[in-house]
Amino acid sequence: MAAAVEIDNVSKTFKLYHERGTSLKERLVKARQSRYDELKALQGISFDVEEGETIGILGRNGSGKSTLLKCICGVLQPTSGEIRVRGKLAGLLELGAGFQPELSGRDNIYLNGSMLGLTRKEIDAVFDDIVGFAELESFIDNQVKFYSSGMYVRLGFAVAVNVDPDVLVIDEVLAVGDEKFQRKCIARIKQFQEMGRTIIFVSHSADQVRTICDRAVVLQTGEMIGMGTPGSAVRLFRERLLESDGAPPAEDTAPSVDQTQKEEKFQLRVREVFTSVSELEDPVLESGDPFSVTAVFRVKEKIDSMVFVLEIHGAKGELLLRTDTDQLGLSTEAPMGEGRITFDFPSWPLNDGRYDISIGAQNRLGDVTFDWRENVASLEVIYHGRAAGLLNLPLSASLTAGGPIVRKVL
Amino acid sequence: MNPDAAAASLPADGHEAEAVVPARIKPVRVVSARVSVRDRVVEIWRTRELLSYLISTEIKVKYKNSALGMLWSMVAPAMSLMIFWFVFGVVLKNAYPSFVIYLFSGLLFWNFFSTAVSSATRVIVDRAGIVKKVSFPREILALSSIGTSLVFMFFQTAVLIAFMVVLQHAPDWHLLPLLIPALLATTIIAAGLGILLSAANVYLRDMSHLIEIVLQAWFWACPVVYSFWSQINPRLGGFFFIYLMNPMAPIVLTSQRVIYGHTYVHLTTPTHPGVQLLPTWSGWTYLAMDSFLVVAGLVLLWIALAVFGRLEGNFAEEL
Ligand SMILES: Nc1ncnc2c1ncn2[C@@H]1O[C@H](COP(=O)(O)OP(=O)(O)O)[C@@H](O)[C@H]1O
Ligand SMILES: [Mg+2]
Repeated sequence: MAAAVEIDNVSKTFKLYHERGTSLKERLVKARQSRYDELKALQGISFDVEEGETIGILGRNGSGKSTLLKCICGVLQPTSGEIRVRGKLAGLLELGAGFQPELSGRDNIYLNGSMLGLTRKEIDAVFDDIVGFAELESFIDNQVKFYSSGMYVRLGFAVAVNVDPDVLVIDEVLAVGDEKFQRKCIARIKQFQEMGRTIIFVSHSADQVRTICDRAVVLQTGEMIGMGTPGSAVRLFRERLLESDGAPPAEDTAPSVDQTQKEEKFQLRVREVFTSVSELEDPVLESGDPFSVTAVFRVKEKIDSMVFVLEIHGAKGELLLRTDTDQLGLSTEAPMGEGRITFDFPSWPLNDGRYDISIGAQNRLGDVTFDWRENVASLEVIYHGRAAGLLNLPLSASLTAGGPIVRKVL
Repeated sequence: MNPDAAAASLPADGHEAEAVVPARIKPVRVVSARVSVRDRVVEIWRTRELLSYLISTEIKVKYKNSALGMLWSMVAPAMSLMIFWFVFGVVLKNAYPSFVIYLFSGLLFWNFFSTAVSSATRVIVDRAGIVKKVSFPREILALSSIGTSLVFMFFQTAVLIAFMVVLQHAPDWHLLPLLIPALLATTIIAAGLGILLSAANVYLRDMSHLIEIVLQAWFWACPVVYSFWSQINPRLGGFFFIYLMNPMAPIVLTSQRVIYGHTYVHLTTPTHPGVQLLPTWSGWTYLAMDSFLVVAGLVLLWIALAVFGRLEGNFAEEL
């Protein structure tokens, strides 16, 4: 199958001028001395996105994700290299998607639609769908400058998905909408995938990438450091996030997570993770049997608030469980030195399949990660019982003869 | 799992089967630093519907934002018409018959040209929000300024026609078709200049102020309020073509020749005999000049598109 988007050795270099004037006078006077630093926001990125595929892009802030998407959309031109896009492309780059605040929602839908290459008739045909999807029926004739940011995003997303593009490009915009709308968008994205459309998707949420994407790309300071299954990409991304002591991202773009990260890097290390079956010759668990995961860790500095987090993912990357030691009733104080944390399942509740286990240590709010081991262990489960389905719950049935029939009145 | 090892593995299984999507015509768009002028023109043509939207929404915005709406857009041209009529016709007593029509016929084309060029110069910077977020041929923005000015020119034409009816001043019906090449030349030259300057203004923000000043001077180089043939030509002697190197001069002359109509007029002051207000050229001379300007304008437009293409790549980061 043909590639929907071919990214061919794309580099983008920004020139960061030292106090450059944009007036004619300043240009003439300072023509000789205008100095600049070069910022290599993208360096030799190459990958193809197959038709019908959903690609996730992971990377910390400032790693070039938005720059890459802007190049794909044609808003920025790469400094070198080439991008070929097959078919109609709709992009959701930032809040607002280029709406004109003075115009009504209605006019903006037409304007935006025609920017995406639709004719008036084609927009007429999808107009009601767009308004319905955005849930803006009663505001559609108001000027867009009076919309809330949530309404902006809803309208932008509604236009982008309803103009029926071949390739949909989404930057981290979904985070703005409320949860209900986010779910609606995800459902729509899935529908899109079923129609065989191509999606390129940047998300904060590793879970979203895992559940939506077929493959994912990891960017680090403008370079592509890996591409693979969502699970492996998320793992690579989280690992790099921890060990990154290389060049910090330019200026203000570094997120607080990363900065605290670096300072506290050596506070805690998860050294080893094993499970109750990993030592066995045949590491397969019988569904319903007891199971445990143990992490060996070392705390070097005192940490006031710390929890261990356990995540279990299914074979498709879907999150099955996330819990932490605070929720399980343990103290949030970390003991100094070596220690072990064990999560015990009295009876493993899932039927046959492969499960991936991730363990990490975070503060209680989850905004500081001390250490994270993505997919550090995997678990093979077999089920010899006869029930169908995913779950193996401790379940029994009883049958009683005679007695009155009690009906619950609803 | 090693991510690099997994790189090529995925799409083989799940998606091959779903090739039932009806075959759509999928043009391939190339994003790179170099795109030929021909490809740019094709891309602009493909987005022509957007052009009409931009024009109609621009007019709508102007119309909505003030109580008197469209009338305001007529105030500035009406003012300059009144002032010139008062200064040259009443105070300085140039005594040209139907001087308002003479003025109006020249101003019509000049106003179109100058508003088109000055608004196009600003348009990319003004519309930074769109330029940074959506991808479409940016030349369309400059063209939409030209289009909007053209629409306002048509409104002014309506007013001019009303004037002519009231003053019972007929145009030269035989030469009326000459307005087509004149308008075509003005539009093409304004588009070329507008596209060029809109890109320059992104890098040199005071370009828009500079161009306002240049346009003011340029206006006086056009025979709108005075007569080229009776006042300028005799002084230049054989060098009259220098004056005509200003592309707007032949265009204004064409408009006056067609709309004002009279080349030799008897002045309204009885003491003075007649005066040769407009050139004695035939219609063919006008046609030749305007056709030449169309061709020259197309060359300018081609250069503008080439330059614009080189500068366009950095718009989103410069804005
Ligand atoms: N218009 C611009 N001018 C200069 N530098 C820019 C511009 N846009 C982005 N950058 C820089 O490029 C790098 C990558 O930015 P971006 O693509 O927005 O990262 P991400 O979306 O991954 O957070 C950052 O260091 C950022 O500062
Ligand atoms: Mg970004």
